[in-house]
Amino acid sequence: MKLTLAEVRHVATLARLSLTPEEEALYQSQLSAILDAVEQLRALDTEKLEPTSHAATADVPLREDVVEPSLDPQKALANAPATVGTFFAVPSILE
Amino acid sequence: MSAAELTDLSILELSKQLRERALSSEEATRACLQQIEKLDPKVKAFLLVDAEGALAAARASDERRRSGGAEGVLDGVPVALKDIMLTEGVETTCGSKILKGFIPPYDATVVRLLKQAGSPILGKLNQDEFAMGSSTERSAFFPTRNPWSLDRTPGGSSGGSAAAVAGRLVFGTLGTDTGGSIRQPAALTGTVGVKPTYGRVSRYGVIAFGSSLDQVGPIARTVSDAAALLQVIAVHDPKDSTSAQNQAPDYRANLEQGVKGLKLGLPKEYFLPGMDPEVESAVRDAAREYERLGAQVKEISLPHTKYALATYYLIAPAEASSNLARYDGVRYGLRVGGSKGLAEMYFQTRAQGFGPEVKRRIMLGTYALSAGYYDAYYLKAQKVRTLIRRDFASAFEQVDAIISPTSPVTAFKLGEKTEDPLAMYLMDVFTLPCNLAGLPGASLPCGFSASGLPIGLQILARPFDEALMLRIARAFEREHDFFRKKPALA
Repeated sequence: MKLTLAEVRHVATLARLSLTPEEEALYQSQLSAILDAVEQLRALDTEKLEPTSHAATADVPLREDVVEPSLDPQKALANAPATVGTFFAVPSILE
Repeated sequence: MSAAELTDLSILELSKQLRERALSSEEATRACLQQIEKLDPKVKAFLLVDAEGALAAARASDERRRSGGAEGVLDGVPVALKDIMLTEGVETTCGSKILKGFIPPYDATVVRLLKQAGSPILGKLNQDEFAMGSSTERSAFFPTRNPWSLDRTPGGSSGGSAAAVAGRLVFGTLGTDTGGSIRQPAALTGTVGVKPTYGRVSRYGVIAFGSSLDQVGPIARTVSDAAALLQVIAVHDPKDSTSAQNQAPDYRANLEQGVKGLKLGLPKEYFLPGMDPEVESAVRDAAREYERLGAQVKEISLPHTKYALATYYLIAPAEASSNLARYDGVRYGLRVGGSKGLAEMYFQTRAQGFGPEVKRRIMLGTYALSAGYYDAYYLKAQKVRTLIRRDFASAFEQVDAIISPTSPVTAFKLGEKTEDPLAMYLMDVFTLPCNLAGLPGASLPCGFSASGLPIGLQILARPFDEALMLRIARAFEREHDFFRKKPALA
């Protein structure tokens, strides 16, 4: 299955990745090859099968809802590229 | 005892000497630091060495020993961690430029458990970026080299964890395994690697790759050492909703009980044309060895094995594309651009922060999840995953465990597979079905090629049957001295 350049660009936009023209060409051919390789799954009749979304074999119970101290805001903000007071700061969203 | 002799001790041997006061934790930790200084410029296993932190923890352990407070097997035994695990106050990059300089505000649960057990933590180990790779060449910083042959890779993605153990830089390490990232590097470096059952070990504070597949596990030089490390981390954690509540058994209690009367399956689909004949013959020899030891070995079939690679390379990238959406330049890590607004900052940060393999998998995963393709790719793969799980479920009605090669080849040369993503993906062909099914899996050395490269034997068991899996591994190890062999450079 051959991906078009337009499809590569659309996927990159969905993934918020800016690609160079060289990367677009590279991923166009490499992703096409990978998608060709996964085509073999089509040979299997899976219509009546339930999907497996995880591999947990034990029960996954909920824990008690107990109030506990959470991360100190200064610690939580310490790695942020930009902060304002106790907030993360981001570039402007609207023009 | 020289540093090289000291670091050649197993964890349990060192633990005994610490208990008998023949050695101190500080001596053991200094020996590791000396070995790292001498050998790591060649092996390149470490991204960061925390000498000060490790020595402080070692002295605290020695103090506990003096005051009678040191009881655990790992108290005073230095270890190191794959850089995917958060360490409070110590840089954690996950092998990526996008996290360069990130100082975690808390410890992963596995890190906390090791610290509580008294293990000095020597530092952070190299890996493929975000654990995506099978050779550690996809680290954003530098490739790690195989101590057995420095022009070859140690495998990956936990290549630093395996190389550090094989090279006698450290006694034991933790890695993570999403599609074989503990077992394949263990096979390629002649070490013992254990991927526990999905849910056995907490992932809290372990950077997420494929959340339905990821597990943390040990790499060590002997089965008993791996069992001792696993014991400390196999604890229920309310902070990981997938963490199993059942209590782990004593993994070393029955290790020496042998394999007499056990039924072992040899899946015919795990012997492929094109695989290294030396690997095939070493694994078939191991099967005969198990028969000699009293096990019944029978050929079994896991008919959907040939679909596992395609299934995995849709599911894991899909989950990764979702997990890696968090690297957006807002809360931590790299930020690039922004003069043209928030969206431009996202695009530039991710373009410059992620390496080529990570971008490729984000693209593949995003495509498989996108409107119009979700059913054909992601949902289809999840349904095939059901067939793969059923294969194992029916196999385990006939046998107690499955033995196979871990990797189709021995350690390959640096650069040999980096140009062709599919050739690299094939390195995981025997390890990733286990992750899709959520089973425990181990790799242990079962021989060496004519050119002196280690060969790994994989053992798969029923969910939460790590104790039996380790016992089967130990029964083979006891008959051989592969684990006593060490690379010439060490």
